[in-house]
Amino acid sequence: MSESSPTPAQHKRGRLKIFLGYAAGVGKTYQTLEEAQRLKREGVDVVIGYFEPHGRKDTIAKTEGLETVPRRVLEHRGSRFEEMDTQAILRRHPAVCVVDEFAHTNVPGVEHAKRWEDVMDLLEAGIDVLTSLNIQHIESLNDQVWNFTTVRVRETIPDWVVKQADEIVMVDVTPRALLNRLERGVVYAPDKAQRALENFFTESNLTALRELALRHTAHQIEERLEEPVREPKPAPKGRASAAAERILLWLTPDPASAMLIRRGHRVADYLHAPVLAVAIGKDEKFSDLSAKDRTALDRHLNFARNLHIEVAVVHGADPAKTLAEFARQRGITQILVSRNSPEINKMVRLVQDMQITIVAGRREMSS
Amino acid sequence: MASREFCRPDPEELLRKIEAEEAHAKRGRLKIFLGYAPRVGKSFRMFDEGRRRAERGQDVVIGAVQVKGSDEIAPLIRKFEVIPLTGGGAINVEAILERAPQACLIDELASDNPPGSRHPHRWQDVEELLARGINVITAINLQYIAEKQDEIEKLTGRRAARSVPESFIRSAEEIEVVDVPPEDLQNPGLREGALTARQLSGLRELALLAAAEVVEYQLQRYMDANGIQQSWGTQERILVCMTPRSEARAMLQAGQYAAERFHGHLMAAYVKQRELTREAQETLDENLAMARKLGAEVHILEGTDPIGEIIRFAREQRVTQIYIGHTQRTTWRFWAVNPVDRLIEAAEGIDVRIFPHSRAA
Repeated sequence: MSESSPTPAQHKRGRLKIFLGYAAGVGKTYQTLEEAQRLKREGVDVVIGYFEPHGRKDTIAKTEGLETVPRRVLEHRGSRFEEMDTQAILRRHPAVCVVDEFAHTNVPGVEHAKRWEDVMDLLEAGIDVLTSLNIQHIESLNDQVWNFTTVRVRETIPDWVVKQADEIVMVDVTPRALLNRLERGVVYAPDKAQRALENFFTESNLTALRELALRHTAHQIEERLEEPVREPKPAPKGRASAAAERILLWLTPDPASAMLIRRGHRVADYLHAPVLAVAIGKDEKFSDLSAKDRTALDRHLNFARNLHIEVAVVHGADPAKTLAEFARQRGITQILVSRNSPEINKMVRLVQDMQITIVAGRREMSS
Repeated sequence: MASREFCRPDPEELLRKIEAEEAHAKRGRLKIFLGYAPRVGKSFRMFDEGRRRAERGQDVVIGAVQVKGSDEIAPLIRKFEVIPLTGGGAINVEAILERAPQACLIDELASDNPPGSRHPHRWQDVEELLARGINVITAINLQYIAEKQDEIEKLTGRRAARSVPESFIRSAEEIEVVDVPPEDLQNPGLREGALTARQLSGLRELALLAAAEVVEYQLQRYMDANGIQQSWGTQERILVCMTPRSEARAMLQAGQYAAERFHGHLMAAYVKQRELTREAQETLDENLAMARKLGAEVHILEGTDPIGEIIRFAREQRVTQIYIGHTQRTTWRFWAVNPVDRLIEAAEGIDVRIFPHSRAA
């Protein structure tokens, strides 16, 4: 992001408003367009930058009378793809732009890998953006969503991006109403028993996703409420203060590290605690690790960086001891390790002066 | 913070529930639109739902409508048959029962009826309609939910005179939040005593959390009724393990802070030990008193295997985080294996947070 300093009037950052839903079909796009229509009636210069009709008549009707910036067409491996034309929108420079599906991944060949990066360009240029997002795409909730849906959502968006939103609105509808909508669209009624089974899982899945979305929106509102208060609030008497906590994540090549990063990120976010991630090698070249493990560890370090977590790499022959020393040096109060970390029991014995949290693998809950 | 009734019911309670649910089959279904402040548009959403149901061929009538409805609502209302209120302003239960529609739209659930009415409160009239098999769609503002009124008064300095018990809100088959950013409110508050943007945001957060609680409650009821053990609820549930010697204060304070931040639920459990010294008993009593004071739900457990008991209890209560003190040889000397190691081993699926002992302990 450019830090050059044009006059403030010239360079007012656009406002980002997210319509958050818990599943396809709850009405996020509809509500986004409804807002665009309202703005247009008020005389605001609003355009559609990207819109995914999904063949829904009600929603398509809501685009009527709104200007659409044509999509760009790209060829990739012999197929045609259409993406948002960010450059064209920047040239058109409306006051407000509708951008559907915030978490979308662009086809290779587009300058940015992710649509949210395109949105950042629009905001940077002073264009307000109205966008839609489903809860399961938020990075820090990935494991929780996996836990009850058994679906691993691959298309995710980092939490710090979502936090950039000036306003987040929960588009709520009950799962039953949503299922009714879907069913009315179904042409062939499937076998009754099959449907009962499907609904059994679907309704509870949707309910859990909805709860997650409600809580997440509430949290976002709370964060925004706290922001304007510059001076740190004095901790109420007899309570642990937020400032006291400093969290350290111990990353290893084990796949559970990804889960540890998400959980640590979420805990630190809620507790308002700074968070730091560390990888430990016997020596600078990590010669104790196989090439495959080194790649995995690098991936985890990058993942942490992408979530805006500070990372460090330290060396020492004895990992548990090295970790403890590093934690003390950095004034850490709580170390988070995954259940698969080596030497957990040894560490617990070694580090008696700070808190250690062994983070659960969030899948095998009740087995 | 979450309400206490979220605990998993015992088997007998479950059976009663299933029986009650069978009786429920003939009962009307209740749908509630929840708003966080006046003018968020919950009445519009309610009447719009009525319109959609009517278009799908359902027989829908209005049982109560606000006189000062907005311009947006007026054309919607005209589509329905209205069953007028009684002279005193209560809904006409008898007339609605006689008319026997499939669904009845009732605005302002939190209204009180004049003396001499069938019931003192409108929600009780609604209860009767439901019991008699009529579906009801209604709307309410957060400030009228009895159990939320303390928190709202803290936030806004005001308390609504009327209220509806939370248990009635929870009995709804469906609850839907009408979420609108304060800046988008219709005719934003130019009236006297209007709420500030911060207060409105605070109310908005509370409404979303209130809905999340109802949703979690319903989800759990559904899981229990279907014998599903796994917890899909997304609320953080924290369990602090207490011993006569544990450095309880740090754990409880951290628990209180985390529960507050996550809008989670805080519990403290102690597994009874035999032959406590008087000193140990006193410390324990102090710790338990402190736990209660800090808002923890305290449970005294019994069992010969304390760690096993803690794990059993944690699973039953759908705990997501267990807090325990670092091992003190003296406390745990009767056990062969380091109990903290054992707890970590057995607590798959739950975070285990181990706390240091303060030097003073």
